[in-house]
Amino acid sequence: MTTLALIKQHLIDPEICIRCNTCEESCPVDAISHDANNYVVDVTKCQFCLACVPPCPTGAIDNWRQVTIPYTLEEQFSWTDLPKQQELANGGPEAFEDEAESLIAEAHDGTGGKPVAPYTASRPSVNLYNRDKPAIATVRGNYRLTAEDAENDIHHIILDFGDQAFPVLEGQSIGIVPPGVNETGEPNHIRLYSIASPRHGERPNHNNLALTLKREASGICSNYMCGLKKGDKVEVTGPFGATFLMPNDPMANIVMICTGTGAAPFRGFTEWKRRIMPNAPGRLVLFFGARRPEELPYFGPLQSVPDSLLTKFFAYSRVPGQPKTYVQDLMRRESALLSDLVGSKATHVYICGLKGMEQGVDAAFDDICRGAGINWAKLRKDMRETGRYHVETY
Amino acid sequence: MDTINVDYSTQIPNNVNLASDRTVLRALEGWHANYLAWWRDMGPEGFQDAKVYLRTAVSVDPQGWAKFGYVKMPDYRWGILLAPQEEGRKVNFGQHLGESAFQDVPGEYRAMLRRLIVIQGDTEPASVEQQRHLGKTAPSLYDLRNLFQVNVEEGRHLWAMVYLLHKYFGRDGREEAEELLRRRSGNAETPRMLGAFNEETPDWLSFFMFTFFTDRDGKMQLESLAQSGFDPLSRTCRFMLTEEAHHMFVGETGVGRTIQRTCEAMKAAGIEDPHDVARVRALGVIDLPLIQKKLNMHYPLTLDLFGAEISTNSANYYNAGLKGRFQETKIEDDHRLTSATYPVLKFIGGKIVKEDVPALTALNMRLRDDYTEDCAKGVERWNRIIDKEGVKFRLELPHVAFNRQIGEFRDINATPKGVLMSDAEWAKVREDYLPSREDLAFLDTLMKAEFEPGRFAGWIAPPKVGIDNKTGDFEYVQIAA
Repeated sequence: MTTLALIKQHLIDPEICIRCNTCEESCPVDAISHDANNYVVDVTKCQFCLACVPPCPTGAIDNWRQVTIPYTLEEQFSWTDLPKQQELANGGPEAFEDEAESLIAEAHDGTGGKPVAPYTASRPSVNLYNRDKPAIATVRGNYRLTAEDAENDIHHIILDFGDQAFPVLEGQSIGIVPPGVNETGEPNHIRLYSIASPRHGERPNHNNLALTLKREASGICSNYMCGLKKGDKVEVTGPFGATFLMPNDPMANIVMICTGTGAAPFRGFTEWKRRIMPNAPGRLVLFFGARRPEELPYFGPLQSVPDSLLTKFFAYSRVPGQPKTYVQDLMRRESALLSDLVGSKATHVYICGLKGMEQGVDAAFDDICRGAGINWAKLRKDMRETGRYHVETY
Repeated sequence: MDTINVDYSTQIPNNVNLASDRTVLRALEGWHANYLAWWRDMGPEGFQDAKVYLRTAVSVDPQGWAKFGYVKMPDYRWGILLAPQEEGRKVNFGQHLGESAFQDVPGEYRAMLRRLIVIQGDTEPASVEQQRHLGKTAPSLYDLRNLFQVNVEEGRHLWAMVYLLHKYFGRDGREEAEELLRRRSGNAETPRMLGAFNEETPDWLSFFMFTFFTDRDGKMQLESLAQSGFDPLSRTCRFMLTEEAHHMFVGETGVGRTIQRTCEAMKAAGIEDPHDVARVRALGVIDLPLIQKKLNMHYPLTLDLFGAEISTNSANYYNAGLKGRFQETKIEDDHRLTSATYPVLKFIGGKIVKEDVPALTALNMRLRDDYTEDCAKGVERWNRIIDKEGVKFRLELPHVAFNRQIGEFRDINATPKGVLMSDAEWAKVREDYLPSREDLAFLDTLMKAEFEPGRFAGWIAPPKVGIDNKTGDFEYVQIAA
């Protein structure tokens, strides 16, 4: 299964450029060259370091197009105008299967409008497998993430797809078909879980993925999953989700706000960035809420992620002797950072966790923005419409 | 700014460790006060207290050299910034080819080098003086801001040259630095050193033409000085080039926007003949023939700046490794020019003829040819605007023999196509090619300030992109009440 990756291509507007040669001089990797007609950027060399952008006197340098097939140097040399951004199939159908579709739609409801994928996100594959024709995954591991005495029982489960094609992107979900029927005799409902690993596998270049899954007291599916042993087979549908995806833009700042197992997609985001473009200039910022450190999934591993890759803020609401702190409290405390970030068109906000958390987060953003003279409602709408504001709550 | 106790590590952003260089520091402290007095006296008139959205260079890395913010011009942080030193850099041309670049002034070239630096330095404050009255007729706050950005950067370029004089030329250097503040553009007693820098910049079209043509000469000169075997000069000029680009941007887009507006207005009024000057002018826009006339004036004036076609001075500079050719290191030849020739246009026996001369003596000519090529491309981009609007008109660079004061063609008359003519004939057609008194009077009627944020005078189109990506109604200059 191949999907054409969307690439953000750096281009120079020949109509505005004055051919002063400043960009060519300032490019540290010689990605910029010129002929008698135009200055051009070699997509195979440009590393998005942006050294050419501030020195450009005209702003011609600051142009970007999302493409599946990059413009060649020859094409760029021949231009008198910059080509328009091509129509991209962004925000296509998230999932075709009714059951999964309604679950996804419900999860994305908090976005407050039609969700749009980040412009630079890769094209996701959706709905390759359904209840009638599920993928059969093998459990490769099932670990409890939270302390034995913790109230929450959260598991890290690794599923392997063997030789079945199961292409995924960070932020997508899969459906689990629990065996059996419910009390009315219908098959048990499919449950969706966010993928917690990056696109090329929990273990790089293996056809596997990870889930972060909390055991619910009366949850048929979660109890089934948490009880699985290595080697067990699971019926899987999906993948699902075409908007809550990671931007491919190395300059994109990603603000991730989550509670509990809402951390799953962000683990995927962080891992992908760590593995593929650890030095990209875009920032990753995480606000993570839990009752106590012992109940925060991935608490240990997260401590070893360097701040240069991921800026982390942890909010605990049940640590004895300490005031209750929620993610929105930390957001307000970090208002300088956040107002700075949301002021940039390169910033994407993701909220993932329990239904209702988006309201507290929203109020915090509203306060932060007001303090900075920004109209949050307007900004949020703009961000949503440009694929930079995403909510997935359940 | 407290001119007595300047913290040079912060007020004068620098990467030459100024704070620890006591001698140079003391010299600059004295000069700084005089510089500010000069700026107050001869800098932009009437806007010294305005807050201008300026770009300031605080270091030479891409992150540090374009810091935007509101600044009152006298408080601008005129930095001394040299491009980073290249390990093991060599002299790349002339008789010292292949030797290590000079980190100090070679004794035998002291006078020559000082003169090069002084000539370059003298042009910087000159253009500020020439442009000082333009603020009050700016067609928009955007343009006003661009004018001031050009001005403060010319000021910084003066600083750059003065630093070299103070640092490497002792007492002589200090005296020359004072002289740079004493000469005045257009002053009969103490004029600036080069002709074009004593001409007035009477209107904004002239300003745009000046920044397109004359600042492009600056680019060529800086580029060939950036080749210098005297490493501090090379490093200084390399960084100045990044700023010079902004000045040419102001010129190219300024003329381009003027052309754009004229064509749009003609189309809207249904005027097809660009030579129907009276009707076009009635629309309150600048007719294309007048734009051509302005071009005809500024281009030859700038060609004169390259000096005589055949020059032993430039040969000496080259031999000594002090001033190279445009993009010297990208040229493939022996970089000594001992036997090469170069074709030069000359006036011989009443005719304009091409003659091969020793390349070493024709370096001015060569640089001028490179310059012309660069200009021609810019003019073509203007023509593209005209084409796009569907107007039938072409702007053209005049022949190099047209309207010259220096070099081979200084004593003859030629049309922009290079046809020679007598004095009497020239007198009859002069105003077909160069702005007449009426033309200038018409331009004068258009030169009215537009200081409403986001608004532009009727004769010029808004820019396609704002400075620092600002939106159209951004208040680029906060004019003091």
